[in-house]
Amino acid sequence: MFVRLSTAVAVVCLLATPTFAQGAKPTDPQIAHIAYTAGVIDITAAKQAIKKSKNKEVVSFAKDMVRDHEAVNKQALALVKKLKVTPEDNDTSRTLAKQAADKQAELAKLKGAAYDKAYAANEVAYHKAVIGALKTQLIPASSNAELKSLLQTGVKIFQGHLEHAEHVAAELK
Amino acid sequence: MLPGLKLFAVLGVVVGAMGSIPAQAETIRVTIDKLVFAPANISAKVGDTIQWVNDDVLAHTATVEGDWDVMIPPKKTVSLVLKKAGDVEYYCRFHPNMKGRIAIAPK
Repeated sequence: MFVRLSTAVAVVCLLATPTFAQGAKPTDPQIAHIAYTAGVIDITAAKQAIKKSKNKEVVSFAKDMVRDHEAVNKQALALVKKLKVTPEDNDTSRTLAKQAADKQAELAKLKGAAYDKAYAANEVAYHKAVIGALKTQLIPASSNAELKSLLQTGVKIFQGHLEHAEHVAAELK
Repeated sequence: MLPGLKLFAVLGVVVGAMGSIPAQAETIRVTIDKLVFAPANISAKVGDTIQWVNDDVLAHTATVEGDWDVMIPPKKTVSLVLKKAGDVEYYCRFHPNMKGRIAIAPK
């Protein structure tokens, strides 16, 4: 019973939050790709929210996400160019993109307040997952000091967005 | 009038005159770098100007709940003249994990 319960909990966790592939330590080109992908995913989700939502706070939050992640990704591209690193696609990036596409299809079916709540809840879960991945996997694995520093700033940005998303989610309740 | 009292009256005028000279208003600079207000805690007085220098590529705000809301675009400097005394805590609306505090003394 106990074993079955913990399996169920594990499955629920997998469904609720994006997972980052565990395994071999990612290289800097892979880390750059994962970080960039994580930003693109949030921009795509935000653009869907701007189109679908009629809630002023949700739309304004989504616009903040587009603006911030576009600015950071631009900075990330400038850094990889400077370091002559070519971002390299990998299993973690692909898993993330697949999970995000599935989530977006799921959210696309919702309307009105149900959509707003689901989007805000997913933003909270997504930002938590990215913060976890940055802290436990990507930052420790990165070898270039400038890349590491950008990822550390990334943690602060995601933490800021998480607090903002939690505030929006609480307002919708 | 007693001589002592006269002296006291003169002193009173001098002190009064000194009190009416406005203290020089200052500009206090707060830098924003990698989502941190630095220095986070500052002391100022009414009439002083706070100048936020945003070194980030991100837009920030200096917001006091129910009071001022200053937009600080990326790579820009924005100023605000302090109008009233009090201890204020401000934060960034876009990144509420960014916090600052200003102790504003009366003029």
